[in-house]
Amino acid sequence: MADLVCNELNMTFTNPQTGDAVEALKNINFNLSKGELLSVLGPSGCGKTTLLNLLAGFLNPTSGEASLGGKHIDGPGVERGMVFQQGALFEWLTVSKNVDYGLRMKKTDAATRKELVEKWLDIVGLQGFGDTPTYQLSGGMQQRVALARCLVNDPDVILMDEPLGALDALTREKMQSLVLELWKETGKTIMIITHSVEEALLLGERLFVMAPRPGRIHKEYRLPFAERGLSESLRDIKQDSHFGEVREEILTMIWNMEEEIMGRA
Amino acid sequence: MLDWLSDNRALIAAALIILILVTFIISIVIGKRQTRLRAKDEVFGDPQRTRGGWYWALCGVCSILLIWFYFSWGVGRAYFPQAANEMCQIAKLDEAVSPIAASLPISSRYFKSTLLVARNSDQLVRLQSTLPQDAFTEAEQTELNELIDQTRQLIVNSSNPENLNQEAQAQLLDLSAQINELSAELRGGYDNFTPTEEALAQPKWGVTTTEIPILPTTSKGMLFDQVAASAESIASSFVKVRNKIPANDTLIADIKERISVLKEANEAGSFDERTAETRNAYVKSVDRIFKRLDDGLIFPAESLGVVNTAMTDLESAKQEARGSLGIIDAIFFPGAGVVKSKTQCTEQGSARWLPKPTDVVATFGQLANPDVEGGGGYRGFPLLWWKWLPVADVVGFLTPDWIADVWPGEYARHAADGTIEPNTKDKILAFAQGETDLGSIPMLDGHIWDSLFRVLVALFLGIVLGVPLGLFMGVSKFFKSFFDPLIELYRPVPPLAWAPLILTIFGIKDDGKIFLLFMVAFAIMVISARTGASGTQLSKIRAAHSLGSTDRQIMWNVIFPNALPEILTGIRIAIGVCWGTLVAAEMLAGTTGVGFIENIARTVSDYELIWVTILIMGILGLLFDLMMRWVIDKTIPWRGKG
Repeated sequence: MADLVCNELNMTFTNPQTGDAVEALKNINFNLSKGELLSVLGPSGCGKTTLLNLLAGFLNPTSGEASLGGKHIDGPGVERGMVFQQGALFEWLTVSKNVDYGLRMKKTDAATRKELVEKWLDIVGLQGFGDTPTYQLSGGMQQRVALARCLVNDPDVILMDEPLGALDALTREKMQSLVLELWKETGKTIMIITHSVEEALLLGERLFVMAPRPGRIHKEYRLPFAERGLSESLRDIKQDSHFGEVREEILTMIWNMEEEIMGRA
Repeated sequence: MLDWLSDNRALIAAALIILILVTFIISIVIGKRQTRLRAKDEVFGDPQRTRGGWYWALCGVCSILLIWFYFSWGVGRAYFPQAANEMCQIAKLDEAVSPIAASLPISSRYFKSTLLVARNSDQLVRLQSTLPQDAFTEAEQTELNELIDQTRQLIVNSSNPENLNQEAQAQLLDLSAQINELSAELRGGYDNFTPTEEALAQPKWGVTTTEIPILPTTSKGMLFDQVAASAESIASSFVKVRNKIPANDTLIADIKERISVLKEANEAGSFDERTAETRNAYVKSVDRIFKRLDDGLIFPAESLGVVNTAMTDLESAKQEARGSLGIIDAIFFPGAGVVKSKTQCTEQGSARWLPKPTDVVATFGQLANPDVEGGGGYRGFPLLWWKWLPVADVVGFLTPDWIADVWPGEYARHAADGTIEPNTKDKILAFAQGETDLGSIPMLDGHIWDSLFRVLVALFLGIVLGVPLGLFMGVSKFFKSFFDPLIELYRPVPPLAWAPLILTIFGIKDDGKIFLLFMVAFAIMVISARTGASGTQLSKIRAAHSLGSTDRQIMWNVIFPNALPEILTGIRIAIGVCWGTLVAAEMLAGTTGVGFIENIARTVSDYELIWVTILIMGILGLLFDLMMRWVIDKTIPWRGKG
């Protein structure tokens, strides 16, 4: 049992100047079983990133509780790995030093570190790049390093904050395949925040569409595309008529939310 | 070898100048050609446009050197090594006749007599018009008016050629004749003159601290030297000539009598204080003018005409005898030429404060010579050399004496037989005071090292203490708010404003200067480390957190490397500022260091030494900066690429 559970999670931010309270998240409830792939989608300001930061332990909720495998979350931990939009790599270290950072902090011995680093660099497709300084890598390669750095710690859950947002279309598609592969091979629970509808559909066994003001889960989908993506080409899936229908439905939904916000403003 | 180089500076300069001139011309030619080749494809706004161009750099360096050689008289000395000596002999003549020339229109526009007449007449008129009516009686006022008129009559009598003292007349004619003889001597040429052995044995121009050899080393110089010697005796006779005329004798006796009567009246009479003062002052000023006129310094203009003519002729004879030297002086010796003072001839103008490049190199060579006993170094201390440093000194410096004090037991006491047996406590004290023999290690030594040492120690302390504090201030509200006011209060004060206080507290030894520099380095390091630390991206810190780092691990593994570029830039700035402050601090107090040398050189107007220290400081500063640039390139290649 390593379920990620959110129970009546509320988050209110207070503007220190005006004293106005903003309900960033209201009554968030969900249960993510081990090995599930969840994508979270929503217009800007709906609290996606706040939710992720709560689960990572960077923020404490105003009320309610989040737990992983029955353990209350109150602070960052190695069991919840993070992947950020812009690598957040340590540019003063080489690729392998970045990847084994977590192991070094745990004081793992050198031989194990070397073995694990080679294994994960191999999996993310960076064989032979171990001694390259990270600032010499392209954006896609940097995200591969970030994935390896996170996975080498063997976390229960991987939380990704728009991990592919800064990549060009072609690299992005390759990276989407990589994420699906990793999901299958490692069987990790993965939660991906994204602002691309297509990406959310492709990388979501489950998909939450969130709505703003207050931030809440508006609608939940269960989708077959991630499973299919393991064996089929992602481009073929995108041509699928069912894929197109769901995409249009969600786009309309988000469009309406945006209109509502504009109207209210 | 060094001595040969030192003695033949002029020769070396001559070769160098030709080399520089040729390089200068070649670089211009190459530059011109390159410009012509590139003119068509060059576009304004192209950043590549100003890259390269070594030939223009060469051209620039050459022109600076040429300007330096020229204005420091380096060119003049290289090609006309005897010119300054000859100019010195001419300066001797100028100095010798200056008492005569000064009283003639030839150098003062007016005859000195004319000026005396004008000034004394003016003063008499003013005195007469300001006669105090209430301080003197009617009778006395009449008396005084007559007195002033009589005094004026002295001027009138003296100015009249008919009254001219016959003896003075004869003397003036005789002196004029003597001056004319000098002119004839100058015109007679210098073929018969040869310089003395003694003169030829003098050190060369600029080789010793005596600037220009004073004895004539050429025949032309000999001529001027001899003429100057004769001119000196003529001048001393001239200043003794007096125009004491018989027509004034009775007048002078009468005026003297009248003034003494007035003075007596002043002393005898009972006046109130103010009146007495006024009376005394007035009589005294009349007396003063009278005494000036009594001297016989006023000559009729006609009587001096003959001297003036002779002097004018002497001047033109001097110009003729000078010949080509005049042109050389005008072209190759810019400035005010050579001036002879009582005991020496000195260069004037830019040549005085801008030493010749070869002299600067020679001075540097002398300073850099580590053989202190043989006249090298400065004030018995080498510029940069090494020595054996006893290890015990270092240990003693680092070990505080109180360690021995807190050791259990008592210090040894002398025994009944007058011997002292040291115990463990004594031995520890000796160790802490550096009195044990632990061997020696080679150590740098000298003025430059002393300056460097101060900067490096201060910088080291500033980095070791400033960087951690800065890092904590960058990430912690407590550290930031607690230390910010302290640092921001002392930092804006210019370091030199602290210097008098700190040097007074710590004394003139190293510790005061090191502390002053430490204050400078510390503030810079704190601020740069703080900026670097607080600029760490939040996502990096979060990533490190979720990879399982503790706060301390994040500080060392994420925040410190992230701040490293700022810290290194801070060190680079701190070195520069410390270096600048150090030199000023050494000028204020101290007995060693580059700034100390310059300060002493300033008090004795040793321009070569001043320039040498300036160049040393410039070169060391440049080396520091190049080193830091290299370190920055090597250690933080990721800078700006994160």
